[in-house]
Amino acid sequence: MSADDQILILGGGQAAAQACASLRQFGYDGRIDVLAEEADLPYQRPPLSKAYMKGELDRERLYFKMQDWYQSNDIHLHLDNRAEKIDRATRTVTASTGEEFHYQTLIIATGSRPRPLPVPGAERENIFDLRSLADVDQIRPQMQPGQKIVIVGAGYIGLEAAAVAAQLGLDVTVIEVADRVLARVTSPVMSEFFEAEHKAHGVVIATGKKVVEFTGSTRVEAVKTSDGDLVPADLVLVGIGIIPNDELARQAGIRCDNGISVDRDGRTNDPSIFAIGDCARRPLVHYQRDGRLESVHNAIEQGKLAAAAIAEKPRPNEDCPWFWSDQYDLKLQIAGLSEGFDQVEVRGDPASRKFAVFYFKSGHLLAVDAVNSPAEFIVSKKLIISGASIAPEKLRDTTLSMKDIAAEAV
Amino acid sequence: MTKIIYIDHNGDERPIDAKNGETVMEVAIKNSIPGIDADCGGACACATCHVYVDGAFLEAVGAAQDMEQSMLDFAENVHDNSRLACQIVVSDALDGLKVTTPESQH
Repeated sequence: MSADDQILILGGGQAAAQACASLRQFGYDGRIDVLAEEADLPYQRPPLSKAYMKGELDRERLYFKMQDWYQSNDIHLHLDNRAEKIDRATRTVTASTGEEFHYQTLIIATGSRPRPLPVPGAERENIFDLRSLADVDQIRPQMQPGQKIVIVGAGYIGLEAAAVAAQLGLDVTVIEVADRVLARVTSPVMSEFFEAEHKAHGVVIATGKKVVEFTGSTRVEAVKTSDGDLVPADLVLVGIGIIPNDELARQAGIRCDNGISVDRDGRTNDPSIFAIGDCARRPLVHYQRDGRLESVHNAIEQGKLAAAAIAEKPRPNEDCPWFWSDQYDLKLQIAGLSEGFDQVEVRGDPASRKFAVFYFKSGHLLAVDAVNSPAEFIVSKKLIISGASIAPEKLRDTTLSMKDIAAEAV
Repeated sequence: MTKIIYIDHNGDERPIDAKNGETVMEVAIKNSIPGIDADCGGACACATCHVYVDGAFLEAVGAAQDMEQSMLDFAENVHDNSRLACQIVVSDALDGLKVTTPESQH
C-alpha cells in the first residue's frame, strides 16, 4: 500500500467501529480518520433501550473500544464534528468545523435518525427520541417510580422501553397508530402475545390511535390522541421509526433509493466510496432483492464486507439477517425477513412463553420469530442460509427436536 | 485487576488484566483478542463468543444457564468445556483463568 493510503469514515456507530477493527484485522495499515457527530466514543446502541436504560450497565461498558485502542491503531477520531459536504472530484469532505479531510477511500456510515412526529407541541420539554446515549442520559434520571410515561410507537424500541419503564415502577402508556403492536415487523400472533405480556405488567396499550398534540405549558403535560383522549404524561418517548442519513451521498450524486445503494461489498456507484449500516441499501442475497436493514447484524457484516473489499481480502460470509429484542424475561430472536409470507406455522404454546412462529412463502422458509427458543432460532438461521426446505407441518410436532427437523431438511 | 489468559487456536497466550464485573467477552473485544466475534454484544443472542474453559477453572466458572446451553448446542466444535464468553463474569475467583478461542466462530 502506498504512503498516501487514507480512509475516511463518516459516522461513529457500530458499522464504523466494525470497519475500523476489521480494516486493521485484514491488514490495512494506512491512516484511518473517523468523523462522527456524537461526542462519545463509538458505542453499542441495543442496550440503550434495555440494560443501560434500566441502570444495569455502566456507561463504559457500552464502548466497543477505549480511547487508547484507537490511538495505538493509528485511528484518528474526530468526534462532535459532522460532515457537511462530499466533493468527489477532489476526494475531500468538509466538516462542520470547516476542516477539510482528504480521502482515497470513503466509507459512509452515517446511520439514521429518528423519524420526527410533527404535531403541535412537539417542541415541549420532556419529549425525547430514543436513539443516542445522550438521549438516554437525559431520560434515565426522570424514570422514577410513579411517574407517568407515554411512549409513542409500539415497535421494538418502544416496547423495550415500555418494559424497562414498567419494571422501574412507572405508569406506562404506549400509543400506536396501527391496529396492533409490532405491526410493521411481525405477524398478528406475535403482536397478540407481546400485547398480552405488556398488559400483564400493567402497561396500557392503546392501538389504532394517532397522536395529534402534546399539550402543557413549557413541559409536556398530556398527549392528545385522534379520538380526543388526553393521556397525562410527565415524560414522553417517541419511537416511530428511523430515516436513513443518505443526504450527503445524494447531494454528492451517489445513487440512493431510500438509503445509499451499494453492492455486496458495500461499494456505491463511485468505486472509491462505500456505504455501510443503517444508511445503506444492500443486496439481500438470501432473498434475491435489495433492502435496508436496521440491525447490529447488518452493521457488523457490512463493516466486515467493506473492510475486506478495501484490504483486498476474500469476501466474508453473508449471514441471514438476524435481530433480537429483550422485554421482561423474554428473549425474542428473529432470523430472516418475513416480508411477503403466505403461510405461518406456530411451534409450541404461546401461553408457555416459549414458542416460535415460522414464516413461509410458497413452502419456502423465510423467517422465524423465536421467543425463549434459541434452538428454533439457530436452526432456522442455518436453513435460511443453506436454502434447505423443511415440511412446515413438522414444526408443529414438538416431540420432534429442532435437531431432528434440521436433519430431515432437504 | 484479575488476570485472564486468552489462548488462540495456535496456542499463543495473551494475558490481559481484566476488571471485575466485566465479562470475558467484553475484555476480549476491548483488547482485540482474535477468535471472538461477539456479534450481539453480550445479549446471549448469537453464540459467536464461544470459548473453551481450562479444566482447572470449570468449577469456578460454573455451568451454563439454559439459554446459553441451547445456543451452544448448535455452535460448531462444542466440547464439555465450551462456554459463551459473554456469560462469564470476571471476579477474583477467576484470577488466572485460561480460555481458548476456536479458529472461527462461524
